[in-house]
Amino acid sequence: MTTVETPLSPKVGRGRRRSLPDNGYRGMLALTAIVFGALAVWFLVAVILQAKPAFATLGVGWIFGGTWNPTHGQYGLLPFILGTLEVTAIAVVLAFPVGLGTAIALAFLVPMRVRPALSTTVELLAAIPSVVYGLWGLIVLAPVFRDTVEPFLTSAFGWTGLFNGPNNGTGLLLAGVILFVMILPTMVAISRDVLIVVPTDQVEGAMALGATRWQVLRKVVLPGSRTGILGAFTLATGRALGETVAVAMVIGNSPYIAHSLKSSAATIPSLIVNNFGESTGTELSALFGAGLVLLVIGILVNSAARWLVWSTGHQSAGVEVGT
Amino acid sequence: MTESNSMPRVAETLTERTERALTEAPAGEVVMTLRDVAVSFGGHTAVRNVSFDVCAGEATALIGPSGSGKTTLLRALNRMHDAERSARVTGKILLGDLDIYGPESDPTLLRSRVGMVFQRPNPFPTMSIYDNAVAGLRFNGVRKKALLDEAAESALIAAALWDSVKDRLKAHGSTLSGGEQQRLCIARALAVEPEVLLMDEPTSALDPIATKRIEELVGELKDRVTIVIVTHNMQQAMRVSDRCAFLLMGEDKAGELIEFGPSARLFSEPSDPRTLDYVNGRFG
Amino acid sequence: MTVLIDTPPDPIVERRRAVQAAAASSLKRRKLGSRVALTVCWLFLAIAIVPLVAVVVYVISKGLPAWNVDFFTKSTTPEGVPGGGVWNAIVGTAVITVIGTAVAVPLGLLCGLFLTESDGRIAAALRFTADVMTGIPSITVGIFGYIAIVHNFGYSGLAGSFAVGFIMLPVIIRAGETAFRGVPRSLNEAAMALGARRATIARKIVVPTALPGVITGVLLAIARGLGETAPLLLTIFGNQYLQWNPTKTMAALPPLIYQYSSQPYADLVQIAWGAALLLMVIVLVLSIGSRLLAVYLRRERR
Repeated sequence: MTTVETPLSPKVGRGRRRSLPDNGYRGMLALTAIVFGALAVWFLVAVILQAKPAFATLGVGWIFGGTWNPTHGQYGLLPFILGTLEVTAIAVVLAFPVGLGTAIALAFLVPMRVRPALSTTVELLAAIPSVVYGLWGLIVLAPVFRDTVEPFLTSAFGWTGLFNGPNNGTGLLLAGVILFVMILPTMVAISRDVLIVVPTDQVEGAMALGATRWQVLRKVVLPGSRTGILGAFTLATGRALGETVAVAMVIGNSPYIAHSLKSSAATIPSLIVNNFGESTGTELSALFGAGLVLLVIGILVNSAARWLVWSTGHQSAGVEVGT
Repeated sequence: MTESNSMPRVAETLTERTERALTEAPAGEVVMTLRDVAVSFGGHTAVRNVSFDVCAGEATALIGPSGSGKTTLLRALNRMHDAERSARVTGKILLGDLDIYGPESDPTLLRSRVGMVFQRPNPFPTMSIYDNAVAGLRFNGVRKKALLDEAAESALIAAALWDSVKDRLKAHGSTLSGGEQQRLCIARALAVEPEVLLMDEPTSALDPIATKRIEELVGELKDRVTIVIVTHNMQQAMRVSDRCAFLLMGEDKAGELIEFGPSARLFSEPSDPRTLDYVNGRFG
Repeated sequence: MTVLIDTPPDPIVERRRAVQAAAASSLKRRKLGSRVALTVCWLFLAIAIVPLVAVVVYVISKGLPAWNVDFFTKSTTPEGVPGGGVWNAIVGTAVITVIGTAVAVPLGLLCGLFLTESDGRIAAALRFTADVMTGIPSITVGIFGYIAIVHNFGYSGLAGSFAVGFIMLPVIIRAGETAFRGVPRSLNEAAMALGARRATIARKIVVPTALPGVITGVLLAIARGLGETAPLLLTIFGNQYLQWNPTKTMAALPPLIYQYSSQPYADLVQIAWGAALLLMVIVLVLSIGSRLLAVYLRRERR
């Protein structure tokens, strides 16, 4: 295939001969890119088209209706939107400090010798399928929550009103905690990556001024990687928002707005996965509409996350221009 | 190996200094004492047999070919090797009468007394020029605004940066040129008012004009702070230093102190033939 | 020699005293703060490790007892009928993943090559799209698979392959691009100077040099695709019987775990644990294997 032309071959011929296959090659690459772009557009358009009937018959406001009762033609998504936000909030409120602390420990505190092994372990755990976490949450953690965690929280923090109702084990709290465990590796892995790119000379510069280890981290390392950490946090949030099966397995799946952290609830993904098989007509279209809402949220959150992670890349490159 | 008459003088000054708690010493008096200092990493010795005195109000240069352990030795003087688990520093290093590796010494406190300027300018990119200048003071628990302002201005003036930055103290440190950034780093170190300032090849990343400014600065700063400077450039060592320590890599790759003495003598009539070789080799 | 005490006050000396006094008096507080903060970090590390390790330990201890010859050779049995295995689900997962991979890998790698060789606005938009798509909720991809395939052709293994491939595609694109971009420019330019065509350079230099990274990325994408549950729940319908034909409804491991986990029968839950262990082992073998392979290939090259 390789034709190395002799210097004597005429210029025009050379140009032609080389440009033709190059065009073919470029054309092939461009074609695959077009296929990918078309797939992405088709994805979005298909979901919008299928959700359209629901918007047409129910109006735009149906999304914020408070009741989901298909037999009475009520398709309000508010309980599921709230449920999604609530479990995500529980997960990220736990995952942010724990993930950041873990990332700091993995990047700076753990002895050099075990650092790579431990970091790899955490990254590997990010690859465990969510259904496995869901199974563990349902079979192992739910009884523990019902018999130990929830009674304890109720007696200790019952006055806040957050823990009213019976101890079910499954519910908002368990779903949030399972999500926390699931998004933790994402949070840790990305935060660690952005923490370790903070240049050593800045760490040493702070050390040489008499800063303690924590002062170095707090005043130099963390501010330097603020955007990247925010990006990690946002990506983890995106993962929590979109998680389906693990949440569906442990949240109890009730179509009502939860009044307590122990209540059963449902999220947009769990709504879809639980009702998809039996739905037709407007209900099916409403489920597509719910999917569209989720998709739009997912696109927004992930765009924000990517933008944040990218901009740290550019920022740290700018810092390098020291001399 | 070391300057012949240094031992008795050190003993004498040490006894004097124990009687007073003052941290400053008059020009010519010993502020740092190194005795048989060696640094090793995981059993491999990087530099050893180093004994000399650093005198107040002077600039002491550490010279030698690369691999002779100049930077390693310098970083031992403010315990920068503490972060490296495998590093071991043996021998005695005294700051005044404080054994800096002794039980009385705290590395963070020590570093506020022995500042450091690095090879590459490393201002904190997330901080403004002002915040950079007072970063060390804040690390050390200084909260009084008046003191911060006063120290920042004094340090920036001393680093010959005040005039060009006084109107944009809130701007980011990264908006400065390379030479200005390095002077900001010097100001940052000076603001803490250390007794000794360690400079690790501070001009190696700078262009000739910026280098000249930093060299001039070293001369001006000597009244304020005692300087120990590592340089690979012998002309620079001659221009800026009062005394000079020449290190050379031994056969087992460990750096050793070959000769220590006043720079003028060391460069003109070194007592060790190896110093002569090095000096002549460099000057062609 | 104690003359020095009477030295007239010098502003620098004054300030030095003030700074050192502040440093000394705040030292205890600063060190305590540092120790507390770092201890909290250690504590969080422990909090992070414990549940993650607990998941692995539980899945192994509960799943291993389910592993026997029947588990790997027999198909699932109807509710209430004891015994049976997950052979049909293993076959389903394998067929669905292989087809999804076979389509997504070439398409994704060529796309990655396109992104490597182009720096325009279109490339940037595609790159961003791929990045965003890696984080999109997988259930929405299930919906897409349903609309695109199931709507027209009914539930089938192919619909599942479509969804799984669609999830793997952006992962492969970005992994491929990262690997291709890692190829030193000098190699490219040297070949260009010899008059080689771009296609030749790609085939003979860029792709082989980037191979370790490409393989790692592909294996990780497969690991990701294998474990997806939600998209399959909307596309393959499930099948109690062994089915090799991807145009028919199929069983797969993740939906099987999902469905059996909430069954009241202990033997079905046991099978769910066994399947979870199997899935976890495959995914971890792929993830660890990809890393080891990448390290090995890079070492070979040197």
